[in-house]
Parts: sequence; C-alpha cells; structure tokens
Amino acid sequence: MGQAQGHLRIENKDMKVLEELKDRVMLTTVGRAFQWARASSLWPMTFGLACCAIEMMAMVASRYDIDRFGAGVFRATPRQSDLMIVSGTVTHKMASRIKRLYDQMPEPRYVIAMGSCAINGGPFNPHAYSVLKGIDLYIPVDVYLPGCPPRPEALLYALKQLQEKIKAKGGDSPSPRAAAK
Amino acid sequence: MEIAQVHERLRSELGDGVLELKSLFDPVIEVAPEAIARVAVFLKEAPELRLDTLMCLSGVDYGKSFAVAYHLFSLQHRHKVALKVMLTKEEPTLPTVEGVWKSANWFEREAYDLYGIIFSGHSDLRRILLPDDWEGHPMRKDWQYPASYRGVPL
Repeated sequence: MGQAQGHLRIENKDMKVLEELKDRVMLTTVGRAFQWARASSLWPMTFGLACCAIEMMAMVASRYDIDRFGAGVFRATPRQSDLMIVSGTVTHKMASRIKRLYDQMPEPRYVIAMGSCAINGGPFNPHAYSVLKGIDLYIPVDVYLPGCPPRPEALLYALKQLQEKIKAKGGDSPSPRAAAK
Repeated sequence: MEIAQVHERLRSELGDGVLELKSLFDPVIEVAPEAIARVAVFLKEAPELRLDTLMCLSGVDYGKSFAVAYHLFSLQHRHKVALKVMLTKEEPTLPTVEGVWKSANWFEREAYDLYGIIFSGHSDLRRILLPDDWEGHPMRKDWQYPASYRGVPL
C-alpha cells in the first residue's frame, strides 16, 4: 500500500474498525481513487522531436526506469495515451501536426513541455523564423521542465510533479469544455 | 582531369554557353543560364568526364544578383568540377537539371524555397523546408522578419 495510502486514505475517527482489519481496510472516496489511478498509470505518447527525445529514451531505459512509476507503456497512437511529453524543438510546420495529435488524445490528457525549446523556443528564441517560440502558444501545458536537455532525473521529477498535480484537488487537465463551464 | 581541361573540353564541345573559368577560392566554370541543361547532359555522358554525382546544388544571393552553384563528382574517374550560373534579380529563372541527376530534385526545391529561384521544367517545384503557406524567401538579403505566422507571434 505504501505511499498511496497517504493520498487515498481518509481518516475517519468515528468509524469503528476492528483492530485486525485496520491494516486491510481503507476508507476513501471515488474521486481520490480515480485521481490516484490516473496519476499512477500515465501512458505517454511516443513524441520525441529532437535532442530531448534522447534524454527521454534514457529515462525509459533501465537506469532511470520510468516503468516503476507506471508510465512505461508508451503508446504510438494518441487515442490510447494520456500524456504527451513534447521533447524537442517545435517548428511552425510541425506545430499544426502537434495540435492535431493533441486534439486526438482523449481526456483527461496532460502535456509536459520538456526542454527549453518546448517552453519558449530555447536557444532559437528570438532569431529563428521557423521555430515556434514555445508549444504553449498552441496547446495547454501542465508542467514546464527547463533544461537543454534536462537530465533524465529531471524528467522523472517533472513526472512526479505532474502526478502531484493530478492528485491534488481539481487536478484534471485544462480542457476547453471545463473552462467554459 | 583538371578543371582547366574540363573547361577546354566544354568550350570546344558547346561553345557559346560556357563562359570563363573563374579562379576564386576554388576554380569554377561559369555557365550561362540557358546553357546549363546541355552542359549537364554533356558532363554526365562524356566518357572521359562521367560526372555522375551531383554533390550539392546551392542558391546564392550576392546582394545585387543571384547565382546557383553546382558541385559535381565522378565516381569513376574521381575528379570534381564546380559550376556557377549567375542570375539577375529581376528574373531568377534557369532550366532544371533534374533529368540528369535525380538528387537535383530536392536541391532545387530547397533553392526555390529559400531564395525564390525558379527552375523551369522541374516536376514538383514547391517548398520543402518551410510550411507550404509561408510567404517570402528567407535567405534573400532583403528579406524582412515577419511579425507573425498564422496569428502566432514569431
């Protein structure tokens, strides 16, 4: 049960639980359980664009293993993934394709902008005419991860932050329909 | 074969289209724009030349004029030749060499995309590096940085 308990378990002092069941019975809400499930099994989409993709691959490999956080199943199709790690330089030509892939992801969906190119164009800001100055000009971003490229441990930290964001109150992705309500 | 000999051979074979041998950093044969197609065919077919590989085709902007530079290599005879075609800014057009060397297809698309040099007779002359609805040719010396593209600030 480990650390999941801290988020899931609701302490209800009034409930009388038998001593021997205290270790095996836990009280929680459906919302918390859903959020815990979403955070613990984020399936990323294979979306390596440039050099940051190499660090993402390093993170997926055995030394920094992302699979122990439940996120090791990289899906090739956006229809089955709920996390897009934008790793690498985004050109204007590619930006329209990224928008299309983001639209094809079912909700709840999350985006990590990995590396300085995805945050604001990176070393190509301001002079490169073909580089999009930050992916958040096209799609909403949940976690910004600076670095050029960020170390694999930094990407794991970003994933942890995203998990905390999901488990916190109102951790759903900023979808347009939710914002319109 | 040295480039001076290649120049002599070209001169004797094709006459007026072949202009002078310029010795810049490396010696370059200057060719008139309308003659480049015949020169290309001859350079590839001639048995002692056999320049069958187009290593690179580049556009150049000299500020007042354009140019296209060809770098050729022969895998059989292991010699290299460089050609240059000078163009005017008002009419940057010249025939394509795509029929001679297939790699010229993408090279010429790149020269068109970045400089606006038109290759007449090209089978598929469209942008290759920039998005299809981009306006302007960025490698020109007089190109201005636009404020935005499709509403997104540049």
